[in-house]
Amino acid sequence: MSSTTNYILGVYDDEDEVLHAVGEVKAKGIKIEDVFTPFPIHGLDVAVGHERTRLPIAAFMFGTLGMICALSLISYTMVFDWPMIIGGKDFFALPNWIPVTFEGTVLFTAFGLVTTFCISNDLWPGNKTLPLDIRTTDDKFVMAINVDKNKVSAADIKKALKESGAIEVNVK
Amino acid sequence: MAGHSHFSPANVEEHFDFTSEGKKRIIYAFIAGVVALVVGIYLLSKGEAGGHEVAAAGHEAAKAGHEAAAEHLSGGAVSHQAGAEEHYDWTNRIWANVWLNAVFFTGIAVVGMFFVSLQYLTKSGWSAVMKRVPEAFPKFLYISLPILILTFFFKGDVIFHWMHHGVTEIGNANYDKIIAGKSGYLNKNFFLIRLVGFGALWILLWNMLRKKSLEEDLNGGTEYFTQLVKIGTAFIVIFGASSSIFAWDWVMSIDTHWFSTMFGWYMFASWHVTTYAVIVLAVLYLKDKGLMAYVNENHLHDLGKFMFAFSIFWSYVWFEQFLLIYYANLPEETIYFIERWEGHDKIYKASEILMVILNFLLPFLVLMTRDAKRTRIFLKIAAFLIIAGHYIDFYQMIMPGVVGKHGGYGLVEFGMVTVFASAFIYVISGELTKASLVAKNHPFLPEALHHDI
Repeated sequence: MSSTTNYILGVYDDEDEVLHAVGEVKAKGIKIEDVFTPFPIHGLDVAVGHERTRLPIAAFMFGTLGMICALSLISYTMVFDWPMIIGGKDFFALPNWIPVTFEGTVLFTAFGLVTTFCISNDLWPGNKTLPLDIRTTDDKFVMAINVDKNKVSAADIKKALKESGAIEVNVK
Repeated sequence: MAGHSHFSPANVEEHFDFTSEGKKRIIYAFIAGVVALVVGIYLLSKGEAGGHEVAAAGHEAAKAGHEAAAEHLSGGAVSHQAGAEEHYDWTNRIWANVWLNAVFFTGIAVVGMFFVSLQYLTKSGWSAVMKRVPEAFPKFLYISLPILILTFFFKGDVIFHWMHHGVTEIGNANYDKIIAGKSGYLNKNFFLIRLVGFGALWILLWNMLRKKSLEEDLNGGTEYFTQLVKIGTAFIVIFGASSSIFAWDWVMSIDTHWFSTMFGWYMFASWHVTTYAVIVLAVLYLKDKGLMAYVNENHLHDLGKFMFAFSIFWSYVWFEQFLLIYYANLPEETIYFIERWEGHDKIYKASEILMVILNFLLPFLVLMTRDAKRTRIFLKIAAFLIIAGHYIDFYQMIMPGVVGKHGGYGLVEFGMVTVFASAFIYVISGELTKASLVAKNHPFLPEALHHDI
């Protein structure tokens, strides 16, 4: 959130109100950037119209990578680099490797997914993102509208927010 | 939130109509199965009769092979195969198929009860919209349990090595020390007591649950729910013991010398995931008929998750059982997999590989995404794959031990499964008509109607 963007914030003090307000504001052709709330509100993501996260695709890719890495490491060490007979099995004893491969898959998926999540949400260490309104960490619900991305004029947006039940309308 | 209609459950009662046309179609399928079965049996009798001389010629070679195998695998473990050879009669394959299908469909029937009991025990809300479907399944126990009892009583010696003549008699030519040591548990009377006793308990508890559930429809009130929770809990306790015991009795004791401490779990996992697939198909069939409109993609998503999760659970249990045996490499344990992998002229190897693809790999890939679990066609594909795969799984558990190298996929197999499947569908459809498809006074119904994930 760079300082050049131009936000209008509608502040609400009830979760049901903000949920209804989302529908009302959208009905007026206004595009909502995001809604900030102190706790998750059921159905809000659908109401705002956020795209579904693509993290599961990343998870699958990290899992596949983990599987390939684990199998490569085991087969390199156990078959090619220093072949060892264990329990009278073939060098390439795939069933024996499955548990470790599974763990490798899970490990890569978990770390990869957490890292991806943090990067995609600007949550890397040392990053300081100030909330648009500090009260969203307490008891207020804030609907943020990016004026530059809307064709509706700033005055009309402010009016729409007021009409939908916002207790305050701020510009940031 | 997103566009759920608010309708009052109290005035909704929906009945499945098992039309005469539908009945006719299932009866035709049944007749087709019977015809295939009869033709299959005829071919089987001809095939075996014609093959006798060849068999006699090959006998010496087979005998030599057996001796070599016996040496290689250190003793007792192989004698079952040899025993099966001595007793083999071409009709054995028919009885093996009866047993296989009776066990498979008993499982689907009883896990329907298990599913409903589990929902009560955990006080789950989402399933209230579709619990009448699995609730109807145990009706088939009235058919499958008598089949199991009769088959065991009259043809048990065909199926179970431990029932062969004289295996526990000291001094008899067939005397088998290992089986004699197990005869305190594996004997005809005790087996029948377990089969009849637990079977009767299953049916009794299902009748209690069904009765209370239907009374709830008429009268309403939460006291029925608390009673149903108690019945469900009692059933879970009994099923916890009986499912393992029946896994040992009905399937594991076929290969009497062999044992696995994971077998109860393994067979239960197979039954369990099959039943989810059957529930999904039944619900989707009713939805395609325009019924159960209140079962939306959120409920289907949950059912899809169950199919996905328990496919992986089955894979885990199956693989752990295999891995431990593979790793430890004890001859008396590995015989089970050697028999299926390279024994009996390798006729079971292909289905062993196919089974893992159908039961693990394909459901895992097909049902992985959220969208697939919410889309009917993917659910149907996965359900059919799972049912076929787990049928093969049971085939692999039962056939090598009973018929050995005389097994195969012939008209007998296809006919028998068609007969059982159409009988199952007929009985369950009849039972579904007896109650409203929605348990309209279920206290969690409003919660289930607003289920949103």
